[in-house]
Amino acid sequence: MATKPDLPVSDPQLDPKTGEFRVIAPGYTFKSVTDVISRIVLTPHTPMGWFFGFMLASTICLMLFTAVTWLFLRGVGIWGLDIPVGWGFAIINFVWWIGIGHAGTLISAILLLFKQQWRNSINRFAEAMTIFAVICAGMFPLIHVGRPWLGYWLFPYPNTMNVWPQFRSPLLWDVFAVSTYATISVVFWYIGMIPDFGTMRDRAKTKLAQYFFGILCLGWRGSVRHWMRYETASLLLAGLATPLVLSVHTVISFDFAVAVLPGWHTTIFPPYFVAGAIYSGFAMVITLAIPIRTFYHLEGLITIRHIDNMGKVMLATGLIVAYGYSMEVFMAWYSASHWEYFMMWNRMFGPMGWSYGVLITCNIALPQLLWLRSTRVSPLKMFIMSLIINTGMWFERFVIVVTSLYRDFLPSSWGTYRATRWDYATFVGTLGLFTALFFLFVRFLPMIPMSEIRMMLPQAKVTAEPEAMEAGD
Amino acid sequence: MPIREGIYGLLAEFDTPTELVVAAKTAYDAGWRRMDCYSPYPVEEAAEAIGFHRNYVPLVCLVGGLVGLAAMFLMETWVSVLAYPLNIAGRPLFSWPAFIIPAYEWTILWAGLSAAFGMLALCGLPQPYHPLFNAPNFRSGAMVDKFFLCLEANDPKFEVAESRSFLESFGPVSVVEVEY
Repeated sequence: MATKPDLPVSDPQLDPKTGEFRVIAPGYTFKSVTDVISRIVLTPHTPMGWFFGFMLASTICLMLFTAVTWLFLRGVGIWGLDIPVGWGFAIINFVWWIGIGHAGTLISAILLLFKQQWRNSINRFAEAMTIFAVICAGMFPLIHVGRPWLGYWLFPYPNTMNVWPQFRSPLLWDVFAVSTYATISVVFWYIGMIPDFGTMRDRAKTKLAQYFFGILCLGWRGSVRHWMRYETASLLLAGLATPLVLSVHTVISFDFAVAVLPGWHTTIFPPYFVAGAIYSGFAMVITLAIPIRTFYHLEGLITIRHIDNMGKVMLATGLIVAYGYSMEVFMAWYSASHWEYFMMWNRMFGPMGWSYGVLITCNIALPQLLWLRSTRVSPLKMFIMSLIINTGMWFERFVIVVTSLYRDFLPSSWGTYRATRWDYATFVGTLGLFTALFFLFVRFLPMIPMSEIRMMLPQAKVTAEPEAMEAGD
Repeated sequence: MPIREGIYGLLAEFDTPTELVVAAKTAYDAGWRRMDCYSPYPVEEAAEAIGFHRNYVPLVCLVGGLVGLAAMFLMETWVSVLAYPLNIAGRPLFSWPAFIIPAYEWTILWAGLSAAFGMLALCGLPQPYHPLFNAPNFRSGAMVDKFFLCLEANDPKFEVAESRSFLESFGPVSVVEVEY
């Protein structure tokens, strides 16, 4: 992309050759990169802002513990679930959180396969975001089952009751999709951190930190033989995580699409769920990245280029989502099905039509501002945009779950849905849990992959063919 | 493991990856085999230079994936056809299209775990102790900004004084003896 004429060409933020924003600000060396990143973890001085933020997040997280405790004592009746809306906040939040996680995998896996080097600064914490989002997501189906202490019944295992799970059900597919996703995400994240743990082990000053990172790094010593196997394994994991991430949200969309309910029973769901997941996930990466780079002064490593690129990805996926919405409307008309037609009319103009309005405003209308370069290169505007999109994506799930369920085929079975305070407490509580985990992550683990950043520096290249050099010797 | 004594090898330190690759290539061409390069990020050329062209991680991953696929698909079939047959809306007991999805997930799960743990196993990790950590300059640089070539003492060509002068001919920052 060409630069605008009003931007000075001598701007050190810009690459003189391409005119694009640099992925990493100029002037970094192997040592300074290592210092900047490892200092955040190894410093004995925790910033006051961290304590304040962690305290706030933990307090909100306590609300989750309270809500879940009460839920275990009283049962799911404390939620606003009823017939006909038997799936409420729990499923909405589950899908929302899983979707947020998907951008982490996308950044770490798909962009790695496409050799998008700009991803290197943000992939580690995007992966962390994935894991914490999956933790929040996985909790919801578990606490929704009514007797969560029997959650292991979901898995096929020989038992004295002589029963086995039913493998034709999308809900069981979900068990395997989400558990695989959680496992592979954790493994990918951990494998990615091993070389950095090696760096931390060697730079740690305190005995405790040396032991901690010494154990975590598994004795990594940077042998090029190990590096080659490591690179192969990373590529393989990326190659595996890519179809995995697409399948996970596809399977989640099957939870809906396999049902015969108008508004759920559609084939557009898998691609549009996946695009929506990536859309909201990138929004969450921006929500996290912008405060972090400001707070820890990482503007040289998480540059405007990253924010700009993420804005473009959001715009693209947002348009796919918009296509999904318009296809739903089109099919409601084109199918000539009375039920489909009514469902769409009711979704737009019925008693809960406001939620459809919020959805369209936040997911389709406002994000069109991302066409403007001035929006994409402004951290503040992008931060606000990311919050808008996350709100919009939450409402997308609300619209899909609630407005399809509350007025289905028979008017005599119509009802409504109203979330209770426990629904809200649980949802807001998971935001606290997610944030608290993230605070712990940025304090105790290297949040930017040092080895990958070193690889991107100009001095990392082997400058000439070894044969040519030898001839010179 | 038996307690070993004496010298593990000679460790040359370089400032740039290019110097490392040149030294490694020359040593390999001179007949050295028991040696390794150490770098703070993957330097593919260095691996090529010491004759490490191919690794078995993809194979381990493939086998793992196939095992996962077979395990899940066979279990689904056994459960649905033999152990606990259920009539779900009149569908056949062996409704394999529905079984594909969990089998697909398990292919990925097993392939991913095999790739990750197979890579560690092939590297001999975890190995918290290694003689190289005894070298005075290894831990201060190998994980940050220095590049190392280690000629190991169990190579038949190894002879302390001769090997040292061989390494010094590449103009390294330093050459040190690494003790067990």
